[in-house]
Amino acid sequence: MTEHFYPHRHLLGIQGLGPLELTALLDLADGYVEQNRSVDKRKNLLRGRTLVNLFFENSTRTRTSFELAGKRLGADVINMQASSSSVQKGETLIDTAMTLNAMHLDVLVVRHPDSGAVKLLSEKVNCAVINAGDGSHEHPTQALLDALTIRRRKGQLAGLTVAICGDVQHSRVARSNIYLLLTMGARVRLIGPRTLIPTQVDRMGVEVFHDMRTGLKDVDVVMMLRIQNERMRGNFIPSIREYFHFFGLDYAKLSLAKPDAVIMHPGPMNRGVEIDSDVADDVERSLIREQVEMGVAVRMA
Amino acid sequence: MSVRNAEGQLALINARLLDPATGLDALGGLIIDGEVIASVGPHVTKAQIPDGLPFLDCQGLCLAPGLVDMRVQVREPGEEHKETLRTAGEAAVAGGVTAMVCLPNTEPVIDDVATVEFVARRARLNGLAKVYPYAAATKNLEGKELSEMGMLAEAGALGFTDGTLAIRNAMVMRRALSYAATFGAMIIQHPEEPSLAEGGAMNSGEYSTRMGLSGIPVAAEVIMLERDIRLVELTGGRYHAAHVSTAEGLNVIRTAKAKGLAVTCDTAPPYFALNELAVGDYRTFAKLSPPLRSENDRQAVVVGLVDGTIDAIVSDHAPQDQDSKRLPFAQAEPGGVGLETLLAVTLELHHTGHLTLLQALSLVTDKPATLLGLAAGRLKPGNAADLVLFDPARGWKVEPDKFHSKSKNTPFDGRLLQGLVDRTFVDGRIVFNRHA
Repeated sequence: MTEHFYPHRHLLGIQGLGPLELTALLDLADGYVEQNRSVDKRKNLLRGRTLVNLFFENSTRTRTSFELAGKRLGADVINMQASSSSVQKGETLIDTAMTLNAMHLDVLVVRHPDSGAVKLLSEKVNCAVINAGDGSHEHPTQALLDALTIRRRKGQLAGLTVAICGDVQHSRVARSNIYLLLTMGARVRLIGPRTLIPTQVDRMGVEVFHDMRTGLKDVDVVMMLRIQNERMRGNFIPSIREYFHFFGLDYAKLSLAKPDAVIMHPGPMNRGVEIDSDVADDVERSLIREQVEMGVAVRMA
Repeated sequence: MSVRNAEGQLALINARLLDPATGLDALGGLIIDGEVIASVGPHVTKAQIPDGLPFLDCQGLCLAPGLVDMRVQVREPGEEHKETLRTAGEAAVAGGVTAMVCLPNTEPVIDDVATVEFVARRARLNGLAKVYPYAAATKNLEGKELSEMGMLAEAGALGFTDGTLAIRNAMVMRRALSYAATFGAMIIQHPEEPSLAEGGAMNSGEYSTRMGLSGIPVAAEVIMLERDIRLVELTGGRYHAAHVSTAEGLNVIRTAKAKGLAVTCDTAPPYFALNELAVGDYRTFAKLSPPLRSENDRQAVVVGLVDGTIDAIVSDHAPQDQDSKRLPFAQAEPGGVGLETLLAVTLELHHTGHLTLLQALSLVTDKPATLLGLAAGRLKPGNAADLVLFDPARGWKVEPDKFHSKSKNTPFDGRLLQGLVDRTFVDGRIVFNRHA
């Protein structure tokens, strides 16, 4: 059913998709939100099809979300964790693709720690491939669910100012969101210490700030990124307390954004590192749980 | 009448006012009101000041902003047998220095907010020269993990450095420059490639060969400067090279400045007033880091001071006790005390005709203050009354036994100098008086 508006076989990234394609995907996902809230959540659109979740990196949230999405559309869903597969035994990525081809899959959802690995796989398999995150490159379904969450709350994306805060350097979520939000006419700001803002990122069309106080001024959406612990030990930033002091989201810093600004986080959160617990749990402002709900709808689309 | 009145007012009259920041060089006076300069200029004369205002007749001596010394090792906490905040403060004001920046190579290392506050508070209690810390660029000066630069800067650290150690790992330096720039802070480097300097005791060349001492090549300085400047280009960071000692090193800085990079540097008196011959008969007091260089390099440092490549002169004060210096040359600790000779050796540049008096003073007053972002080093109404009154022509001989510093290791031992401090004021108080 996707042929009408989405002429591509795979979903590898947001880069290259136009506003009409993105809008159509978001509209479709929006329709599934109601279905997911009803008692009978099941449709049979994908009956007889096989969907494989191939995860070369640990994930609970994204994998479960894809699994649910597949099952609710009637597909047979299989989860393959790289740690329990032949990859651990030394199989190359291309050999894995050949093996999967022989199994006649219909949809392959892939997460891989290396940027570009999903694209390489997509060139070798016969089924549709959905990128569930490749290295520091893209995570398109996360960007789509973020966009859907914002659109449902704010009505539209165009004209909004969105601040993406934290470890942009290593974030595939940030890159997909930058492409999507700019394509849809939003303004994007990146806020973080210089060590976590990638080189020449301003050429992507975003504004860069190194001070939360100026960066958050008058924004509509505050998107916090996860700081990974291995980056905390003096390599990119000196310590958790220093990071939270300057770049953690608390009410004092949030007060500089628009009064109705909303807070988002792709999860899993580090409470007290990038986000204060009070802020994360604020039912008025925080859309973090709604993001998870939108995730299933988007992945169904 | 040279005591301040109950309101803390005192007029200094009949002085040769020297303010490098404005180019003022004229006979006149200055009125201290409490802790600050109330007015300054040729109009402040005995006839013009209000009746009853206590005054000090300076008898034509030079009155200049107190010196700002951006590189001092204080040794407290941790090595109080070499120097303390109090003795360093006494040495500073005896040398006309009213503000100094201390290196973080203490024990414990100044790499957390509590130590920054400890140093600031201890120095404040002494009420002598003001002490501002640099904090460590990497935790415990290990060159591995960045220190909490944001919080340290908020606590008062003026910049970040690993002190007498170079930040050797290029990736760490890249991140340090980048992270510090997040907060607009400066990285101060000891520009010496450690793998080339290791085990070296003096400048590498004919004299190290004749003396049988292992040498530190000029290339050690040049390589590190060139590497760092590439990283400044990459990161857009703010970089300051400490105690540059070589002609080639200065050329690297000169080129970087011409490109418009945020690069500055300083040097210390030994590098323009002495050369490697001062090591002479294995004099460990002349063992410095970086080492004293060739006569050619010394002359290039003078040229760098004249043409503005070098932004400031620092004392590079490095107290060492007898046990650290009375050793075979290769085993002795490097460094020399410098607070009490900074002014007079700097004035040699004036006496030898290389710089005007104001140009020479500028290198130890307003220029370093500007680099550090301090409201100091200027005779400006409203600024703290941190002043030095000195006789630029008065000759004296360096006699380390008379030093206020706890350590006596000066490479200028026995040298005849011109320019003697008469009085020093900090926040309007007389903290040093040669006649007392």
